[in-house]
Amino acid sequence: MNTQKIINIKEVDIFHDAIKNVSVVASRIKKNQKKIIGTLCSYAPEELIYAAGFHPMRLFSSKSDIVLAQNHLQAYCCSLVRGVLEDSLSGRLDFLDGAVFPHTCDSIQRLSDIWRMNTRYEFFTDVILPAKLNTPSARIYMGDVLARFKKDLETAAGREITNADLKESIRKFNLIRKNLSKIYALQSQTPGIIKGADLHAVVKGSMMMDRDEVADLLPAIAARLEKMGAPKKGGKRIIISGSICDFPGFYTAIEAAGGVVVGDDLCTGQRWFKGEIPEDENPMDAIAARLLDRMICPAKHSALTVRGENIVSLVRQNKADGVVFMLLKFCDPHAFDYPYLKEFLAKEGIKTLLIEVDDQQQSLGQLSTRIETFIHMI
Amino acid sequence: MSDKLLEKRKIKSAKKMRDIMTTYYLDALTAGQNNKQVAWITSGGPVEPLVAMDIIPVYPENHGAMIGASKMGEDLCIKAENMGYSPDLCSYARTDISCSIVKGGPIGGLPKPDMLICCTNICGTVLKWYEIQARFYNIPLFILDTPICHTQYSREIAKYVRTQIDEYIVFLETITHKKFDYEKMAQVGKLAFEGQLLWQKVLNTTAHKPSPMSAFDAFFFLALIVTLRGTQIAIDFYKELIEEMEQRIQDGISIVPNEEHRLLWDNLPVWYRLKWLSGKFSSHNACLVADTYTSAWCSALKYIDENNFLDSIAEAYTRIYLNIGVDQMADQVLDMIKFYNADGLVMHSNRSCKPYSFGQMDIMKIVREKAGIPVLMIEADMVDPRNFSQSQMETRIDAFMEIIKQRSR
Repeated sequence: MNTQKIINIKEVDIFHDAIKNVSVVASRIKKNQKKIIGTLCSYAPEELIYAAGFHPMRLFSSKSDIVLAQNHLQAYCCSLVRGVLEDSLSGRLDFLDGAVFPHTCDSIQRLSDIWRMNTRYEFFTDVILPAKLNTPSARIYMGDVLARFKKDLETAAGREITNADLKESIRKFNLIRKNLSKIYALQSQTPGIIKGADLHAVVKGSMMMDRDEVADLLPAIAARLEKMGAPKKGGKRIIISGSICDFPGFYTAIEAAGGVVVGDDLCTGQRWFKGEIPEDENPMDAIAARLLDRMICPAKHSALTVRGENIVSLVRQNKADGVVFMLLKFCDPHAFDYPYLKEFLAKEGIKTLLIEVDDQQQSLGQLSTRIETFIHMI
Repeated sequence: MSDKLLEKRKIKSAKKMRDIMTTYYLDALTAGQNNKQVAWITSGGPVEPLVAMDIIPVYPENHGAMIGASKMGEDLCIKAENMGYSPDLCSYARTDISCSIVKGGPIGGLPKPDMLICCTNICGTVLKWYEIQARFYNIPLFILDTPICHTQYSREIAKYVRTQIDEYIVFLETITHKKFDYEKMAQVGKLAFEGQLLWQKVLNTTAHKPSPMSAFDAFFFLALIVTLRGTQIAIDFYKELIEEMEQRIQDGISIVPNEEHRLLWDNLPVWYRLKWLSGKFSSHNACLVADTYTSAWCSALKYIDENNFLDSIAEAYTRIYLNIGVDQMADQVLDMIKFYNADGLVMHSNRSCKPYSFGQMDIMKIVREKAGIPVLMIEADMVDPRNFSQSQMETRIDAFMEIIKQRSR
């Protein structure tokens, strides 16, 4: 891509360092006497974990070889689930004090059982969220489940989580969400202002690092980006849709082909951070409401074409030229939605590309060629 | 074996069962002409309110089994893949989705549904599958969301599911423009309860040595408790079947000629290789006496109150075999091993069914430790034969049976 030289932002380097070495991140958090609660899902009620004085840490696979996990999960289980189990069983997650499993897909549902039966962290709990989000009884149930989770956390923390704690937590997460949204918006307005690999590091790091630190760093990055001039040429504007995208090389490949990612429908992207929580409402109700109303994951049910509409509106808002579906192999909820989404977008005149990846794979290999062809075509 | 002996071993009720199923499918296929409505429902879904409302329930999963058994799965799976569905997705879902469009399969496709009832107690797959069908047919979809009971059936789950039972009834009233008949519901509930008790009794007959029938027969006779649960037809049929089984026990007629080894099967059947598998085990004088799959339609009986049916089914439908933690599933497997006196466990690692298959390896370990019996895990798929290697399977079964035989010496 023919952009001007991108200025190095030192705050971004902190995120790069963090995602390179999760145990360093963990030991820094532990120095502050904070307990670390791991989670694999963007529906994890992080505000509650933080309010209890714990650190919510999104777990990613270290992409190490699967050795121990193959005694628990067959090869047709997705690489993220197997990869994280492998990390746990082989001791790479020994810094964890516990884990929380919000109910999402069938694979994570069973991972929760296998985790509970085979690991020995201090804290474990399931947050058995509703599968449908669009009925009054599901809304009530969501509130009930969160109330139970709050109690579980209080027991673990040995103290009550007060409304003041919750409000403080909501403010913190809103600040993070607001600044990530701002960075995304700047990238969309002036594509190429931040490298895709940097953006990936910032978002991933924000899910792993101490949230107070993240809340301090993000505004500085947003401010630096705001001051920078627009790059000379943006390139073809791409939206990515899928579960997680833990491949910085994917962004680089898109940029090398003359494209730029201007938005996403990812569990490790906007699905995680879009939608702030009103700060002046009952905090528990407000947290529940955000989980019900945020950009939906295909493992959850709402209106029948809500995901199609979400992606179309992402495309329109960001004036995107195309959508790349980046699906993890063996991820059923996304694979089931793909044919309809492709058709839904085609009706709107939006071009799409499907690529299927394995979270364990190290390089994108020939996928780069397909990305290149797609970008030249749109 | 002489033809006479073979004839003697044949289960006579099978023909009647086939006739009942034919009538059932004819009724379903001609529902429109008879001004009846059709609901497609997941295999674990509460069918009783549909029966009470005179709506014909149709089971895409039973249809998937038929497609598999008639070896039409591969073609329909490929058709779904050509529509963009990944070959890694559930083969019941793939065949059903393509069948809706191409009208293929052994009965030329299922009758068009007027509504869809999806209960999440068996998997998250049905949620996506029924969404696809709701968009395709453009008809109302009711989702009964039964949160998984990893460790317990909590108060909030109980409240949520019970509320949804009422929502289900309102949904049916809205679609049929009819008032729900609670009296009829109570009757249907009693019939459903009795049907399940009888089904349990059918399955229990295999605790006898030698076993009068096998899991392969149970896979076949299962269709009624799934599709006609809550009707007198199922009750009458299972009563006859039990009589036949008791007679066989009395007459010393076993399904496997020289039953020496008794095995338990886990997961769905491999529909397109039933005969081969049955023959294979039989040749080793082994009988698959029971399985975790067909018993799922009576495993939640303890939660049902036949006199308070609607209230109690919230719990019964939520706490079925697949909707509990892997450790609880292992406990049930151990109970079955004891009850049926099984010498070995055969686990079908089924690519199509993740909630059933993930956790199997932990169950395997528990069974080896606590029951001390050999466990064989075979990789296959319930409908898509492309994941089945007969020669590999044969070698593995032979090796497994060798171990079983050595242990019994």
